[in-house]
Amino acid sequence: MKFSIERAALLKAVSQAQSVVERRNTIPILANVLMEAADAEVSFRATDLDIEVVDKTPAQVERAGATTVSAVILNEIVRKLPDGALVQLSEEPATGRLTVSAGRSHFSLATLPKEDFPVMASSEYASNFSCKAPALRRLFDKSKFAISTEETRYYLNGVYMHVADAEGGKVLRCVATDGHRLARVDADLPEGAETLPGVIVPRKTVGEMRKLLDDDEATIAVSVSETKVRFATPGITLTSKVIDGTFPDYTRVIPTGNTRKLEVDAAEFASAVDRVATVSSERSRAVKLQLDEDRLVLSVNAPDSGAAEEELAVAYGDERLEIGFNAKYLLEIASQVDRENAVFLFNSSGDPTLMREGNDTSAVYVVMPMRV
Amino acid sequence: MGIAHMDCDAFYASVEKRDNPELADKPVIIGGGRRGVVSTACYIARIKGVRSAMPMFQAMKLCPEAVVVRGRMEVYVEVSRAVRALMEELTPEVEPLSLDEAFMDLTGTARLHGAPPAVMLAQLVKRMREEIGITGSIGLSHNKFLAKIASDLDKPQGFAVIGAAETDAFLQDKPVRMIFGIGPAGQEALETAGIRTFADLRRWDRADLGARFGSMGDRLWHLSRGQDPRKVSSRAPVKSISNETTFHDDTADGDVLDGHIWRLSEKVSDRAKAKGIAGRVVTLKLKTADFALVTRRLSLGDATQMADRIYRTAKGLYDAAGVRGPFRLLGVGLSDLEPAEGADRTGDLLDPNAGKRADAERATDKIRARFGEGAILKGRALR
Repeated sequence: MKFSIERAALLKAVSQAQSVVERRNTIPILANVLMEAADAEVSFRATDLDIEVVDKTPAQVERAGATTVSAVILNEIVRKLPDGALVQLSEEPATGRLTVSAGRSHFSLATLPKEDFPVMASSEYASNFSCKAPALRRLFDKSKFAISTEETRYYLNGVYMHVADAEGGKVLRCVATDGHRLARVDADLPEGAETLPGVIVPRKTVGEMRKLLDDDEATIAVSVSETKVRFATPGITLTSKVIDGTFPDYTRVIPTGNTRKLEVDAAEFASAVDRVATVSSERSRAVKLQLDEDRLVLSVNAPDSGAAEEELAVAYGDERLEIGFNAKYLLEIASQVDRENAVFLFNSSGDPTLMREGNDTSAVYVVMPMRV
Repeated sequence: MGIAHMDCDAFYASVEKRDNPELADKPVIIGGGRRGVVSTACYIARIKGVRSAMPMFQAMKLCPEAVVVRGRMEVYVEVSRAVRALMEELTPEVEPLSLDEAFMDLTGTARLHGAPPAVMLAQLVKRMREEIGITGSIGLSHNKFLAKIASDLDKPQGFAVIGAAETDAFLQDKPVRMIFGIGPAGQEALETAGIRTFADLRRWDRADLGARFGSMGDRLWHLSRGQDPRKVSSRAPVKSISNETTFHDDTADGDVLDGHIWRLSEKVSDRAKAKGIAGRVVTLKLKTADFALVTRRLSLGDATQMADRIYRTAKGLYDAAGVRGPFRLLGVGLSDLEPAEGADRTGDLLDPNAGKRADAERATDKIRARFGEGAILKGRALR
């Protein structure tokens, strides 16, 4: 195998590969990226056995072939090469080493046989559809903050992507929750997605897939089966196993009878929460909200470090209410609001609170209060 | 040159010999019942090869004439407090590592006491012997690492000093396994890298050690030069809380084990509540009848100090452990600790009963605080 490629293109492919590679793994081949050169194109493949990413990039291929080399080392080398460099990679069959050359820099890297590299078995997908990058980006960006890290409920360690019935008909929906907060985000149902089986997309996959969605113009081909999900652009294909578990019935935890309505400028609210939370201990900030007619007082009382209070002008017409929340949860949901005011719907100080943007029900958030 | 390490000699056994002169020249083993392990062996028993943590039956085989004494923890705690009080007369900076050993920082106390640390420490062991009736060994050096090594050099009733000037020469041919915290696995990793002595370690480049041993690398680099920047701290934070029990008879009975998991969870929870801390990681420890040790751990999304959550997590770990009993030991632990300020105060959307159980537990705690430990119990605590 021998090919030449521009540094920027190589860096893009190799950095995607090395981020999939698991840092601590006991199977040496899994630390490697598989490079296969043929017909003016090189594919870079990396896997952690749950996620597989394949990046196909044009290159000047002099000699077709394939080999595997440490993804982390190759990424570091390419990253440190000067911008605009032309990089030549060639496998020396006699030594079994991979030579990487650019300008006056030369590297000789240990390889492992390409035959040992595990390739994810292909599967039949029940549903294939395409979706514009911005729509997918919104679905996952607005829900991923609520993904749980708790290992006991492993089925919460991802985003539940499925087809759901909303007011205006069927939608493509993403839901994530850790038991303390929940995010439910809807998008128009793409053509071909009607048969989509509900799947839980793991946290790491959400992070890796997000890198394919930066280009506003890109169209992403999505394929879903009971056990796997695939996101593909013309150059990159990301295949991942989904979490084998049942996502809980989230519909029963979304309150429908909350009537006490608070409307507030989300950015103003978020900075006020952030300010008062400063005096509290770092990990468990409890913020108290006192609501009165058109008035919201945010306060924090931390016996060891001090107290803080801030008043905000808001729209609120119901009876007096005092309710506490974890500041982090409030900040996270408030930062999901980007166009209109944040609308909070409360019931009592012990019941889940609902938040949405204006009257838009295509993205709603539920947060559990905290005893203060 | 003011960091000292004091280590009592065969602490529990010394206390027993003090309280029962008949034991003075007999081999004494402190251990729990016929099934437990050796917690301390006196020096006479050690000559026969008895070591702490050795299973009791093995110890008895090596030293059949040994007198086995059930530990009297309350007495040891009392003696330990008395020793600590003597140490605190020398310096406020006393960092206990366990009941029977502690670091002391005596830097700058020479003017106060009118004598250098070495003299004061010699007086300390003399007073321990005369006033409390137990002996200890002292290590004095310029940091914790060396002080701890020094206290072990002439044990029992030892007194060793490692000065700054002789540090290098002293360490030179010593094996690296002397480093506290390097177990068999660490030792093997070092040996694979060709590191056996401090001199071997010293030949390594700082960056190479970092690359090979990660976060440990830098510490090794410093230790090989006799450097240890850790301060003696009288307020060292607690890293984990755990309780375990060795059964009188091995058991595989699910109900019995369940009862133990609950009681241990409750003990751990009580200690966490007493200290005002909560933890994010729950650990379950099982030892099978053939001494295989199995530990399982699980991290929670947020910290807890509730017995109910610790129990549910530990029970889940037990159910999923995939190990068949019978077991001889069971332990429950809580780690990754933080102040309990905000713990367990946000309800669970998916488990509405969690809030009720937490409320019930808070109410139970209040009743106990008022009417005593046994005032209210869960049914499963009686199993």
